[in-house]
Amino acid sequence: MAGAAVLGGLTWRVATVTAVVDETPRVRTLELEVAGWQGHLAGQHVDVRLTAEDGYRAERAYSLASAPGEPPAITVERLEDGEVSPYLTETVRRGDAFELRGPIGGYFVWRPVDGGPLFLAAGGSGVAPMRSILRHRRNTMSDVRARLFYSSRTLEDVIYRTELDGEEVVHSLTRAQPPGWTGYARRVDVDLLREVAWPAEDGPLAFVCGPTSFVESVAAGLVELGYASGRIKTERFGGTGGS
Amino acid sequence: MEPVDGNAIGGMLYDVFGCEMTMAQAECGRCGARGPLAECEVYLGGPGIVVRCRGCHDIMMLLVEVREMICVDLGGLSELERPARR
Repeated sequence: MAGAAVLGGLTWRVATVTAVVDETPRVRTLELEVAGWQGHLAGQHVDVRLTAEDGYRAERAYSLASAPGEPPAITVERLEDGEVSPYLTETVRRGDAFELRGPIGGYFVWRPVDGGPLFLAAGGSGVAPMRSILRHRRNTMSDVRARLFYSSRTLEDVIYRTELDGEEVVHSLTRAQPPGWTGYARRVDVDLLREVAWPAEDGPLAFVCGPTSFVESVAAGLVELGYASGRIKTERFGGTGGS
Repeated sequence: MEPVDGNAIGGMLYDVFGCEMTMAQAECGRCGARGPLAECEVYLGGPGIVVRCRGCHDIMMLLVEVREMICVDLGGLSELERPARR
């Protein structure tokens, strides 16, 4: 069945790297060209599959970091014990190709008609789908208010720093802060959320993505603040990744 | 190992069921909690993938890939409602 489309299934396609952008010392964005790409929604992801010479395969899911209508792009953080991310962050060059399937997902998705106000919370590379959502909001000239809470280890680890300057973003740097830092400098908790999240009375729609512990803290905090659980969309990527 | 969630297996579920499944409503056979598959706890990295209820943590679903065939055990679910196509 390798490479063949199951009836109604997803097809593995060849993705060619058209640009490599170094975001931080550990994170890269790969802009891709995918033959037969049908477009995607803000918040969706893709599966990337690498096959070794001996036939061993490894698959990982990566959020799409580009907006609907733009070519697909993924932002990858290098994990020291990773099977896929070292190749994607160190070895791969423009013109190289790998297998990809998608777009995937209907839950962690924002469409302008879904409204807001949007409260986005990202830990580390969990900011990738938020870039897709924020760009989509901008590209569609949506009047939905959006605010991003973004937790990183250090200022150097902040992904999309220049682009995010144009958005309403509240940063927290959990490990180290530059001299004169006036932003938050701790892990997220309900007190912090009370200060940065839209009030529950506004009926906000929340998207939370990051390491599992980060997502659990934010989701629990938002419920405590009165957010409707059906209006909190979560995406967890496990125990790794900096926030 | 920290669990991820149902979003992470959206591609595999699509392959198994032939449609987008992260929005599918799953009902736990043990505690009756109901919610989208995207919100279930998912453990990757073992010989198979284990999907657990976010409420009671009981096993709802097992997926094992053997020689490019995916075997699925839905024994821990009392109901699985496919989402409407949109």
